[in-house]
Amino acid sequence: MSQAEAIYALWFREFKVFTREKSRIITSIFTPLLWIFVFGGGLGSAVNIAGINYQIFIYPGIVAMSVLFSSVFYGVYIIWDRKIDILKEVLVAPLSRTSIFVGKVLGGCTDSMIQAFIMLLISFAVGVYLSPSAFLLAILILFLLSLSLVSTGLIIGSLMESPEGFNMIVSFLVFPLFFFSGALYPLDKLPLWLSAITYIDPVTYGVDGLRTVTIGISQFPLYFDLGVLAAFAAVMFTIGTRTFERMK
Amino acid sequence: METTIETQDLTKRFKDLTAVDHLNIQIKQGEIFGLLGPNGAGKTTTISMLCTILRPTEGTATVNGFDILKEPDSVRKSIGIVFQQPSVDDILTGRENLVLHAMWYGVPKAIRRERIDEVLKLVGLESRQNSLVKTYSGGMRRRLELARGLLHLPKVLFLDEPTLGLDPQTREVIWKYIEDMSRSRDMTIVLTTHYMEEADRLCNRIAIIDQGKIVVMDTPGALKGTVGGDIVCLKTDPTDPERFRKIESVSKVEVQDDYIVLTVRNASEHLQEILAVSGKVESVEIRPASLDDVFISYTGKEIRRETGEGGIAQRIMRERTLR
Repeated sequence: MSQAEAIYALWFREFKVFTREKSRIITSIFTPLLWIFVFGGGLGSAVNIAGINYQIFIYPGIVAMSVLFSSVFYGVYIIWDRKIDILKEVLVAPLSRTSIFVGKVLGGCTDSMIQAFIMLLISFAVGVYLSPSAFLLAILILFLLSLSLVSTGLIIGSLMESPEGFNMIVSFLVFPLFFFSGALYPLDKLPLWLSAITYIDPVTYGVDGLRTVTIGISQFPLYFDLGVLAAFAAVMFTIGTRTFERMK
Repeated sequence: METTIETQDLTKRFKDLTAVDHLNIQIKQGEIFGLLGPNGAGKTTTISMLCTILRPTEGTATVNGFDILKEPDSVRKSIGIVFQQPSVDDILTGRENLVLHAMWYGVPKAIRRERIDEVLKLVGLESRQNSLVKTYSGGMRRRLELARGLLHLPKVLFLDEPTLGLDPQTREVIWKYIEDMSRSRDMTIVLTTHYMEEADRLCNRIAIIDQGKIVVMDTPGALKGTVGGDIVCLKTDPTDPERFRKIESVSKVEVQDDYIVLTVRNASEHLQEILAVSGKVESVEIRPASLDDVFISYTGKEIRRETGEGGIAQRIMRERTLR
Protein backbone atom coordinates (compact mmCIF):
# COMPACT_ATOMS: atom_id res chain seq x y z
CA MET A 1 0.00 0.00 0.00
CA SER A 2 2.61 2.51 1.06
CA GLN A 3 4.88 1.17 -1.69
CA ALA A 4 2.15 1.97 -4.23
CA GLU A 5 2.12 5.55 -3.00
CA ALA A 6 5.91 5.68 -3.09
CA ILE A 7 5.87 4.46 -6.70
CA TYR A 8 3.30 7.12 -7.49
CA ALA A 9 5.60 9.73 -5.92
CA LEU A 10 8.53 8.52 -8.01
CA TRP A 11 6.42 8.64 -11.14
CA PHE A 12 5.05 12.05 -10.22
CA ARG A 13 8.56 13.45 -9.91
CA GLU A 14 9.52 12.14 -13.37
CA PHE A 15 6.31 13.50 -14.84
CA LYS A 16 6.85 16.96 -13.30
CA VAL A 17 10.36 17.10 -14.68
CA PHE A 18 9.12 16.07 -18.10
CA THR A 19 6.43 18.74 -18.19
CA ARG A 20 8.83 21.40 -16.92
CA GLU A 21 11.57 20.65 -19.42
CA LYS A 22 9.65 21.32 -22.60
CA SER A 23 12.81 21.00 -24.68
CA ARG A 24 12.79 17.26 -24.00
CA ILE A 25 9.58 16.70 -25.89
CA ILE A 26 10.27 19.17 -28.67
CA THR A 27 13.67 17.68 -29.52
CA SER A 28 12.35 14.15 -29.36
CA ILE A 29 9.51 14.88 -31.77
CA PHE A 30 11.65 16.88 -34.16
CA THR A 31 13.83 14.05 -35.55
CA PRO A 32 10.94 11.66 -36.33
CA LEU A 33 9.15 14.49 -38.13
CA LEU A 34 12.21 15.02 -40.32
CA TRP A 35 12.26 11.31 -41.12
CA ILE A 36 8.61 11.17 -42.04
CA PHE A 37 8.22 14.40 -43.96
CA VAL A 38 11.66 14.98 -45.43
CA PHE A 39 13.13 11.51 -45.87
CA GLY A 40 9.80 9.74 -46.33
CA GLY A 41 8.24 12.56 -48.33
CA GLY A 42 11.32 12.96 -50.52
CA LEU A 43 11.82 9.29 -51.27
CA GLY A 44 8.06 8.78 -51.39
CA SER A 45 7.78 11.11 -54.37
CA ALA A 46 9.60 8.43 -56.39
CA VAL A 47 9.21 5.14 -54.51
CA ASN A 48 6.32 2.82 -53.68
CA ILE A 49 6.64 -0.34 -51.59
CA ALA A 50 4.07 -3.12 -51.86
CA GLY A 51 1.86 -0.67 -53.72
CA ILE A 52 2.05 1.87 -50.91
CA ASN A 53 3.72 5.26 -51.01
CA TYR A 54 7.08 5.09 -49.20
CA GLN A 55 6.18 7.88 -46.80
CA ILE A 56 3.17 5.91 -45.60
CA PHE A 57 5.24 2.73 -45.54
CA ILE A 58 7.84 4.08 -43.11
CA TYR A 59 5.35 5.93 -40.91
CA PRO A 60 4.85 3.04 -38.43
CA GLY A 61 8.60 2.39 -38.44
CA ILE A 62 9.34 5.99 -37.54
CA VAL A 63 6.73 6.00 -34.75
CA ALA A 64 8.48 2.92 -33.34
CA MET A 65 11.81 4.71 -33.78
CA SER A 66 10.70 7.72 -31.77
CA VAL A 67 9.73 5.40 -28.92
CA LEU A 68 12.98 3.47 -29.25
CA PHE A 69 15.15 6.58 -28.97
CA SER A 70 13.26 8.36 -26.23
CA SER A 71 12.91 5.18 -24.15
CA VAL A 72 16.53 4.08 -24.20
CA PHE A 73 17.93 7.59 -23.79
CA TYR A 74 15.69 8.10 -20.77
CA GLY A 75 18.28 6.00 -18.92
CA VAL A 76 20.71 8.92 -18.99
CA TYR A 77 18.62 10.87 -16.48
CA ILE A 78 19.43 8.43 -13.71
CA ILE A 79 23.10 9.27 -14.24
CA TRP A 80 22.32 12.96 -13.90
CA ASP A 81 20.21 12.25 -10.81
CA ARG A 82 23.24 10.58 -9.31
CA LYS A 83 25.61 13.31 -10.40
CA ILE A 84 23.60 16.10 -8.86
CA ASP A 85 23.04 13.97 -5.76
CA ILE A 86 19.26 13.73 -5.83
CA LEU A 87 19.26 9.97 -6.36
CA LYS A 88 20.69 9.54 -2.85
CA GLU A 89 17.51 10.82 -1.21
CA VAL A 90 15.56 8.08 -2.97
CA LEU A 91 18.13 5.37 -2.28
CA VAL A 92 18.16 5.98 1.50
CA ALA A 93 14.37 6.19 1.79
CA PRO A 94 12.63 3.10 3.17
CA LEU A 95 11.70 1.93 -0.33
CA SER A 96 12.34 -1.38 -1.98
CA ARG A 97 14.62 -1.22 -4.99
CA THR A 98 11.91 -2.85 -7.03
CA SER A 99 9.61 0.08 -6.23
CA ILE A 100 12.29 2.54 -7.28
CA PHE A 101 12.77 0.68 -10.54
CA VAL A 102 9.03 0.47 -11.20
CA GLY A 103 8.60 4.20 -10.50
CA LYS A 104 11.43 5.11 -12.86
CA VAL A 105 10.16 2.76 -15.58
CA LEU A 106 6.67 4.20 -15.37
CA GLY A 107 8.11 7.70 -15.57
CA GLY A 108 10.08 6.83 -18.69
CA CYS A 109 7.13 5.03 -20.29
CA THR A 110 4.97 8.09 -19.65
CA ASP A 111 7.47 10.31 -21.48
CA SER A 112 7.65 7.90 -24.41
CA MET A 113 3.91 7.36 -24.56
CA ILE A 114 3.20 11.08 -24.66
CA GLN A 115 5.48 11.26 -27.69
CA ALA A 116 3.93 8.15 -29.18
CA PHE A 117 0.51 9.72 -28.75
CA ILE A 118 1.59 12.86 -30.60
CA MET A 119 3.17 10.75 -33.35
CA LEU A 120 -0.05 8.77 -33.74
CA LEU A 121 -2.08 11.97 -33.91
CA ILE A 122 -0.13 13.16 -36.94
CA SER A 123 -1.06 9.97 -38.83
CA PHE A 124 -3.74 12.01 -40.59
CA ALA A 125 -1.15 14.38 -41.97
CA VAL A 126 0.68 11.42 -43.50
CA GLY A 127 -2.49 9.93 -44.95
CA VAL A 128 -2.84 7.01 -42.56
CA TYR A 129 -6.32 6.65 -41.10
CA LEU A 130 -6.55 4.82 -37.79
CA SER A 131 -9.74 3.30 -36.46
CA PRO A 132 -10.19 3.57 -32.68
CA SER A 133 -9.31 -0.10 -32.27
CA ALA A 134 -6.19 0.28 -34.44
CA PHE A 135 -5.22 3.29 -32.34
CA LEU A 136 -5.59 1.33 -29.10
CA LEU A 137 -3.65 -1.64 -30.48
CA ALA A 138 -0.88 0.71 -31.62
CA ILE A 139 -0.75 2.19 -28.10
CA LEU A 140 -0.51 -1.30 -26.61
CA ILE A 141 2.33 -2.29 -28.95
CA LEU A 142 4.23 0.94 -28.27
CA PHE A 143 3.72 0.56 -24.53
CA LEU A 144 5.24 -2.94 -24.53
CA LEU A 145 8.09 -1.66 -26.66
CA SER A 146 8.78 1.31 -24.39
CA LEU A 147 8.51 -0.84 -21.25
CA SER A 148 11.34 -3.09 -22.46
CA LEU A 149 13.46 -0.25 -23.86
CA VAL A 150 13.08 2.06 -20.85
CA SER A 151 14.17 -0.90 -18.71
CA THR A 152 17.16 -1.40 -21.00
CA GLY A 153 18.12 2.27 -20.76
CA LEU A 154 17.80 2.28 -16.98
CA ILE A 155 19.91 -0.86 -16.66
CA ILE A 156 22.68 0.77 -18.67
CA GLY A 157 22.22 4.07 -16.81
CA SER A 158 22.45 2.43 -13.41
CA LEU A 159 25.74 0.80 -14.37
CA MET A 160 27.37 3.79 -16.03
CA GLU A 161 29.46 6.52 -14.56
CA SER A 162 29.09 9.41 -16.97
CA PRO A 163 26.47 10.70 -19.40
CA GLU A 164 29.13 10.67 -22.11
CA GLY A 165 29.85 6.99 -21.54
CA PHE A 166 26.14 6.27 -21.56
CA ASN A 167 25.64 8.07 -24.84
CA MET A 168 28.47 6.17 -26.44
CA ILE A 169 27.26 2.74 -25.34
CA VAL A 170 23.68 3.55 -26.20
CA SER A 171 24.55 4.82 -29.67
CA PHE A 172 26.16 1.48 -30.37
CA LEU A 173 22.95 -0.16 -29.26
CA VAL A 174 20.21 2.11 -30.51
CA PHE A 175 21.31 2.62 -34.11
CA PRO A 176 21.65 -1.11 -34.88
CA LEU A 177 18.32 -1.76 -33.15
CA PHE A 178 16.79 0.88 -35.41
CA PHE A 179 18.44 -0.05 -38.71
CA PHE A 180 17.94 -3.80 -38.30
CA SER A 181 14.31 -3.42 -37.26
CA GLY A 182 12.98 -3.07 -40.78
CA ALA A 183 11.61 0.34 -39.95
CA LEU A 184 12.82 1.65 -43.31
CA TYR A 185 12.38 -1.41 -45.57
CA PRO A 186 10.14 -4.44 -46.01
CA LEU A 187 11.29 -7.71 -44.45
CA ASP A 188 10.15 -10.19 -47.08
CA LYS A 189 12.90 -9.92 -49.72
CA LEU A 190 16.00 -9.50 -47.61
CA PRO A 191 19.28 -11.36 -48.10
CA LEU A 192 19.66 -14.18 -45.62
CA TRP A 193 22.28 -12.51 -43.36
CA LEU A 194 20.22 -9.36 -42.97
CA SER A 195 17.02 -11.29 -42.53
CA ALA A 196 18.63 -13.33 -39.75
CA ILE A 197 19.67 -10.20 -37.86
CA THR A 198 16.29 -8.52 -38.23
CA TYR A 199 14.70 -11.60 -36.66
CA ILE A 200 16.79 -11.32 -33.51
CA ASP A 201 16.18 -7.57 -33.16
CA PRO A 202 13.23 -7.23 -30.76
CA VAL A 203 12.30 -3.84 -32.21
CA THR A 204 11.45 -5.67 -35.48
CA TYR A 205 8.37 -7.10 -33.81
CA GLY A 206 7.28 -3.68 -32.60
CA VAL A 207 7.64 -2.24 -36.10
CA ASP A 208 5.89 -5.23 -37.65
CA GLY A 209 3.03 -5.09 -35.17
CA LEU A 210 2.57 -1.38 -35.75
CA ARG A 211 2.66 -1.85 -39.49
CA THR A 212 0.01 -4.55 -39.17
CA VAL A 213 -2.43 -2.38 -37.24
CA THR A 214 -1.77 0.92 -39.04
CA ILE A 215 -1.26 0.08 -42.73
CA GLY A 216 -2.09 -3.63 -42.93
CA ILE A 217 1.33 -4.91 -43.99
CA SER A 218 2.72 -7.75 -41.88
CA GLN A 219 5.50 -10.30 -41.80
CA PHE A 220 4.37 -12.06 -38.64
CA PRO A 221 0.93 -12.63 -37.11
CA LEU A 222 -0.03 -9.88 -34.68
CA TYR A 223 -0.30 -12.25 -31.70
CA PHE A 224 3.27 -13.37 -32.42
CA ASP A 225 4.53 -9.76 -32.44
CA LEU A 226 2.73 -9.07 -29.18
CA GLY A 227 4.04 -12.28 -27.65
CA VAL A 228 7.67 -11.47 -28.51
CA LEU A 229 7.30 -7.90 -27.24
CA ALA A 230 5.71 -9.05 -23.98
CA ALA A 231 8.44 -11.64 -23.45
CA PHE A 232 11.16 -9.07 -24.20
CA ALA A 233 9.55 -6.62 -21.79
CA ALA A 234 9.31 -9.28 -19.07
CA VAL A 235 12.97 -10.23 -19.48
CA MET A 236 14.29 -6.65 -19.43
CA PHE A 237 12.03 -5.72 -16.53
CA THR A 238 13.31 -8.66 -14.49
CA ILE A 239 16.94 -7.90 -15.27
CA GLY A 240 16.25 -4.26 -14.40
CA THR A 241 14.86 -5.02 -10.93
CA ARG A 242 17.85 -7.29 -10.25
CA THR A 243 20.28 -4.60 -11.39
CA PHE A 244 18.62 -2.01 -9.15
CA GLU A 245 18.82 -4.38 -6.17
CA ARG A 246 22.59 -4.32 -6.51
CA MET A 247 22.93 -0.65 -7.35
CA LYS A 248 24.87 1.35 -4.75
CA MET B 1 18.53 7.95 29.98
CA GLU B 2 17.84 5.57 27.19
CA THR B 3 20.51 4.67 24.67
CA THR B 4 19.44 5.51 21.10
CA ILE B 5 22.51 4.49 19.17
CA GLU B 6 25.02 1.88 20.13
CA THR B 7 27.85 0.61 17.96
CA GLN B 8 29.78 -2.59 18.56
CA ASP B 9 33.21 -2.74 16.98
CA LEU B 10 31.81 -1.00 13.93
CA THR B 11 34.42 -1.30 11.19
CA LYS B 12 34.63 -0.44 7.53
CA ARG B 13 37.53 -1.35 5.32
CA PHE B 14 37.95 -0.32 1.69
CA LYS B 15 40.57 -2.57 0.16
CA ASP B 16 43.65 -1.87 2.28
CA LEU B 17 42.33 1.29 3.90
CA THR B 18 40.51 1.07 7.21
CA ALA B 19 38.13 4.03 7.22
CA VAL B 20 36.41 3.16 10.49
CA ASP B 21 38.23 0.99 12.99
CA HIS B 22 36.33 -0.89 15.72
CA LEU B 23 34.20 2.04 16.77
CA ASN B 24 32.31 1.71 20.04
CA ILE B 25 30.01 4.57 20.93
CA GLN B 26 26.77 4.97 22.82
CA ILE B 27 24.55 7.93 22.18
CA LYS B 28 21.73 8.73 24.56
CA GLN B 29 18.27 9.93 23.66
CA GLY B 30 18.02 13.69 23.26
CA GLU B 31 21.75 14.21 22.95
CA ILE B 32 23.44 16.30 20.31
CA PHE B 33 26.45 14.16 19.60
CA GLY B 34 29.32 15.41 17.47
CA LEU B 35 31.76 13.42 15.41
CA LEU B 36 34.66 15.76 15.00
CA GLY B 37 37.68 15.14 12.87
CA PRO B 38 39.55 16.13 9.75
CA ASN B 39 38.42 15.16 6.28
CA GLY B 40 39.00 11.47 5.76
CA ALA B 41 38.79 10.67 9.47
CA GLY B 42 35.85 8.31 8.93
CA LYS B 43 32.97 10.57 9.97
CA THR B 44 30.87 10.21 6.85
CA THR B 45 31.63 6.49 6.63
CA THR B 46 30.38 6.07 10.20
CA ILE B 47 27.18 7.97 9.49
CA SER B 48 26.66 6.08 6.24
CA MET B 49 26.83 2.78 8.08
CA LEU B 50 24.42 3.97 10.78
CA CYS B 51 22.02 5.10 8.05
CA THR B 52 22.34 1.67 6.35
CA ILE B 53 23.77 3.20 3.18
CA LEU B 54 27.05 1.34 3.62
CA ARG B 55 27.42 -2.15 5.01
CA PRO B 56 30.03 -2.53 7.74
CA THR B 57 32.93 -4.89 7.10
CA GLU B 58 32.83 -5.96 10.71
CA GLY B 59 30.75 -5.27 13.80
CA THR B 60 27.27 -3.80 13.90
CA ALA B 61 25.17 -1.11 15.51
CA THR B 62 21.66 -0.51 16.72
CA VAL B 63 19.74 2.66 15.95
CA ASN B 64 16.48 3.19 17.87
CA GLY B 65 16.75 -0.44 18.92
CA PHE B 66 16.91 -1.71 15.33
CA ASP B 67 19.93 -3.59 14.09
CA ILE B 68 21.44 -1.87 11.05
CA LEU B 69 22.23 -5.21 9.42
CA LYS B 70 19.03 -7.10 10.21
CA GLU B 71 16.40 -4.35 10.13
CA PRO B 72 17.64 -1.67 7.73
CA ASP B 73 14.10 -0.66 6.71
CA SER B 74 13.03 0.01 10.29
CA VAL B 75 16.23 2.00 10.81
CA ARG B 76 15.55 4.06 7.70
CA LYS B 77 12.00 4.84 8.72
CA SER B 78 13.08 6.11 12.11
CA ILE B 79 15.90 8.41 11.03
CA GLY B 80 16.29 11.64 9.11
CA ILE B 81 19.40 12.49 7.13
CA VAL B 82 20.83 15.76 5.93
CA PHE B 83 23.60 15.04 3.49
CA GLN B 84 26.84 16.88 3.02
CA GLN B 85 25.96 17.56 -0.61
CA PRO B 86 22.48 19.03 -0.96
CA SER B 87 20.15 16.42 -2.39
CA VAL B 88 16.99 18.45 -2.88
CA ASP B 89 15.53 18.40 -6.36
CA ASP B 90 16.20 21.60 -8.31
CA ILE B 91 13.42 21.29 -10.78
CA LEU B 92 10.73 20.86 -8.15
CA THR B 93 9.43 23.48 -5.76
CA GLY B 94 10.39 23.39 -2.11
CA ARG B 95 6.96 22.13 -1.20
CA GLU B 96 6.95 19.44 -3.88
CA ASN B 97 10.24 18.13 -2.53
CA LEU B 98 8.58 17.77 0.85
CA VAL B 99 5.44 16.14 -0.54
CA LEU B 100 7.51 13.47 -2.30
CA HIS B 101 9.55 12.86 0.83
CA ALA B 102 6.36 12.46 2.87
CA MET B 103 5.12 9.83 0.43
CA TRP B 104 8.42 7.94 0.41
CA TYR B 105 8.49 7.85 4.19
CA GLY B 106 4.84 6.89 4.54
CA VAL B 107 3.64 10.03 6.33
CA PRO B 108 -0.15 9.47 6.44
CA LYS B 109 -2.08 11.58 3.98
CA ALA B 110 -4.33 13.01 6.69
CA ILE B 111 -1.49 14.79 8.49
CA ARG B 112 0.79 15.40 5.53
CA ARG B 113 -0.23 18.96 4.73
CA GLU B 114 -0.07 19.97 8.37
CA ARG B 115 3.38 18.42 8.86
CA ILE B 116 4.73 20.11 5.75
CA ASP B 117 3.39 23.50 6.84
CA GLU B 118 4.96 22.96 10.24
CA VAL B 119 8.47 22.14 9.01
CA LEU B 120 8.38 24.93 6.42
CA LYS B 121 7.54 27.33 9.20
CA LEU B 122 10.29 25.94 11.40
CA VAL B 123 12.99 26.66 8.81
CA GLY B 124 11.40 29.90 7.65
CA LEU B 125 10.72 28.90 4.06
CA GLU B 126 6.94 29.41 4.00
CA SER B 127 7.07 32.37 1.66
CA ARG B 128 9.30 30.57 -0.86
CA GLN B 129 7.68 27.14 -0.67
CA ASN B 130 6.21 27.33 -4.17
CA SER B 131 9.36 28.54 -5.90
CA LEU B 132 11.55 26.11 -7.78
CA VAL B 133 14.51 25.02 -5.67
CA LYS B 134 16.91 26.13 -8.40
CA THR B 135 16.07 29.71 -7.42
CA TYR B 136 17.12 29.06 -3.79
CA SER B 137 20.38 30.18 -2.23
CA GLY B 138 22.77 27.67 -0.67
CA GLY B 139 21.47 28.42 2.81
CA MET B 140 17.85 28.02 1.75
CA ARG B 141 18.62 24.64 0.22
CA ARG B 142 20.25 23.52 3.43
CA ARG B 143 17.21 24.69 5.39
CA LEU B 144 14.93 22.82 3.02
CA GLU B 145 17.03 19.70 3.58
CA LEU B 146 16.68 20.19 7.32
CA ALA B 147 12.92 20.56 6.94
CA ARG B 148 12.82 17.41 4.85
CA GLY B 149 14.91 15.49 7.36
CA LEU B 150 12.38 16.38 10.05
CA LEU B 151 9.24 15.77 8.08
CA HIS B 152 8.60 12.17 9.09
CA LEU B 153 9.31 12.89 12.79
CA PRO B 154 12.49 10.87 13.00
CA LYS B 155 13.78 9.90 16.42
CA VAL B 156 17.33 10.45 15.26
CA LEU B 157 18.57 13.09 12.88
CA PHE B 158 21.92 12.68 11.16
CA LEU B 159 23.56 15.85 9.93
CA ASP B 160 26.64 15.38 7.81
CA GLU B 161 28.59 18.65 7.79
CA PRO B 162 25.40 20.72 8.07
CA THR B 163 27.09 24.08 7.49
CA LEU B 164 29.88 23.15 5.10
CA GLY B 165 30.50 25.91 2.61
CA LEU B 166 27.96 28.33 4.10
CA ASP B 167 28.67 31.92 5.04
CA PRO B 168 28.92 32.83 8.75
CA GLN B 169 25.44 34.42 9.02
CA THR B 170 23.77 31.41 7.41
CA ARG B 171 25.71 29.07 9.67
CA GLU B 172 24.44 30.98 12.66
CA VAL B 173 20.87 30.58 11.40
CA ILE B 174 21.29 26.84 10.78
CA TRP B 175 22.79 26.37 14.25
CA LYS B 176 19.81 28.10 15.76
CA TYR B 177 17.42 25.76 13.91
CA ILE B 178 19.38 22.74 15.07
CA GLU B 179 19.26 23.91 18.66
CA ASP B 180 15.53 24.64 18.44
CA MET B 181 14.82 21.24 16.99
CA SER B 182 16.80 19.45 19.63
CA ARG B 183 15.11 21.38 22.42
CA SER B 184 11.53 21.24 21.20
CA ARG B 185 11.41 17.57 20.18
CA ASP B 186 13.78 15.68 22.40
CA MET B 187 15.36 14.44 19.21
CA THR B 188 18.73 12.74 19.16
CA ILE B 189 21.04 14.52 16.75
CA VAL B 190 24.29 13.12 15.42
CA LEU B 191 26.37 15.57 13.46
CA THR B 192 29.73 15.44 11.81
CA THR B 193 31.81 18.50 11.42
CA HIS B 194 35.34 19.64 11.03
CA TYR B 195 34.50 23.07 12.38
CA MET B 196 35.60 23.17 15.99
CA GLU B 197 33.38 26.08 16.87
CA GLU B 198 30.37 24.25 15.49
CA ALA B 199 30.99 21.23 17.69
CA ASP B 200 31.70 23.49 20.65
CA ARG B 201 28.54 25.49 20.19
CA LEU B 202 26.07 22.66 19.51
CA CYS B 203 27.17 19.40 21.01
CA ASN B 204 26.52 17.89 24.41
CA ARG B 205 29.21 15.35 23.76
CA ILE B 206 31.94 15.06 21.20
CA ALA B 207 33.96 12.16 19.90
CA ILE B 208 37.15 13.28 18.25
CA ILE B 209 38.02 10.77 15.60
CA ASP B 210 41.11 10.44 13.52
CA GLN B 211 41.99 7.69 11.06
CA GLY B 212 38.86 5.77 11.92
CA LYS B 213 39.46 5.61 15.65
CA ILE B 214 38.07 7.54 18.58
CA VAL B 215 40.85 9.63 20.03
CA VAL B 216 38.81 10.95 22.92
CA MET B 217 35.14 11.35 23.81
CA ASP B 218 33.64 13.77 26.34
CA THR B 219 31.71 17.01 26.79
CA PRO B 220 33.23 20.06 25.10
CA GLY B 221 33.99 21.62 28.48
CA ALA B 222 35.73 18.54 29.83
CA LEU B 223 37.70 18.16 26.64
CA LYS B 224 38.92 21.71 26.83
CA GLY B 225 39.79 21.09 30.49
CA THR B 226 42.08 18.24 29.49
CA VAL B 227 44.35 20.65 27.69
CA GLY B 228 45.39 21.91 31.14
CA GLY B 229 45.34 25.66 30.81
CA ASP B 230 45.52 28.54 28.41
CA ILE B 231 47.45 28.63 25.22
CA VAL B 232 50.38 31.00 24.88
CA CYS B 233 51.75 31.36 21.42
CA LEU B 234 55.15 33.06 21.14
CA LYS B 235 56.91 34.11 18.00
CA THR B 236 60.48 33.71 19.13
CA ASP B 237 63.68 31.73 18.62
CA PRO B 238 62.37 28.15 18.26
CA THR B 239 65.73 26.39 18.58
CA ASP B 240 65.70 25.69 22.33
CA PRO B 241 62.13 25.01 23.45
CA GLU B 242 63.40 23.13 26.52
CA ARG B 243 64.10 26.42 28.27
CA PHE B 244 60.35 26.82 28.95
CA ARG B 245 59.99 23.49 30.69
CA LYS B 246 61.64 24.84 33.82
CA ILE B 247 58.67 27.08 34.48
CA GLU B 248 56.32 25.32 36.87
CA SER B 249 53.04 26.56 35.38
CA VAL B 250 53.93 25.38 31.86
CA SER B 251 52.52 21.91 31.25
CA LYS B 252 53.34 21.54 27.60
CA VAL B 253 55.80 22.93 25.08
CA GLU B 254 55.49 22.53 21.33
CA VAL B 255 57.21 23.98 18.31
CA GLN B 256 55.08 24.89 15.31
CA ASP B 257 57.07 26.51 12.50
CA ASP B 258 58.40 29.80 13.89
CA TYR B 259 56.22 29.63 16.96
CA ILE B 260 56.56 28.09 20.34
CA VAL B 261 53.19 27.07 21.71
CA LEU B 262 52.89 26.66 25.46
CA THR B 263 50.10 25.34 27.57
CA VAL B 264 50.08 27.36 30.76
CA ARG B 265 47.94 27.37 33.90
CA ASN B 266 46.64 30.91 34.55
CA ALA B 267 48.73 32.27 31.73
CA SER B 268 48.09 35.93 32.49
CA GLU B 269 49.67 35.60 35.94
CA HIS B 270 52.73 33.76 34.70
CA LEU B 271 53.47 35.77 31.61
CA GLN B 272 56.37 37.59 33.23
CA GLU B 273 58.21 34.32 33.98
CA ILE B 274 57.66 33.13 30.44
CA LEU B 275 58.97 36.27 28.88
CA ALA B 276 61.98 36.17 31.20
CA VAL B 277 63.25 32.93 29.67
CA SER B 278 62.06 33.48 26.13
CA GLY B 279 64.60 36.04 24.99
CA LYS B 280 63.61 38.28 22.12
CA VAL B 281 59.90 37.93 21.30
CA GLU B 282 58.26 39.27 18.18
CA SER B 283 54.69 38.62 19.25
CA VAL B 284 52.69 36.99 22.04
CA GLU B 285 49.16 35.67 21.92
CA ILE B 286 47.22 34.33 24.89
CA ARG B 287 43.87 32.61 24.49
CA PRO B 288 41.73 30.08 26.33
CA ALA B 289 41.99 26.48 25.12
CA SER B 290 39.65 25.60 22.27
CA LEU B 291 38.64 22.28 20.80
CA ASP B 292 41.32 22.91 18.20
CA ASP B 293 43.89 22.62 20.97
CA VAL B 294 42.22 19.47 22.22
CA PHE B 295 42.49 18.03 18.78
CA ILE B 296 46.12 19.04 18.44
CA SER B 297 47.02 17.78 21.86
CA TYR B 298 45.50 14.36 21.17
CA THR B 299 46.51 13.83 17.59
CA GLY B 300 49.61 15.94 17.32
CA LYS B 301 48.29 17.66 14.22
CA GLU B 302 46.01 20.47 13.27
CA ILE B 303 42.62 19.81 11.85
CA ARG B 304 42.87 20.47 8.16
CA ARG B 305 40.84 23.42 7.11
CA GLU B 306 39.98 22.60 3.57
CA THR B 307 36.36 22.48 2.58
CA GLY B 308 34.43 21.01 -0.25
CA GLU B 309 35.15 17.66 -1.81
CA GLY B 310 34.68 15.47 1.23
CA GLY B 311 36.71 12.61 2.54
CA ILE B 312 38.04 9.29 1.47
CA ALA B 313 34.81 7.52 2.24
CA GLN B 314 32.88 9.60 -0.21
CA ARG B 315 35.43 9.27 -2.91
CA ILE B 316 35.44 5.55 -2.46
CA MET B 317 31.67 5.34 -2.28
CA ARG B 318 31.49 7.29 -5.47
CA GLU B 319 33.99 5.08 -7.21
CA ARG B 320 32.18 1.97 -6.08
CA THR B 321 28.90 3.40 -7.12
CA LEU B 322 30.10 4.11 -10.56
CA ARG B 323 31.57 0.77 -11.23
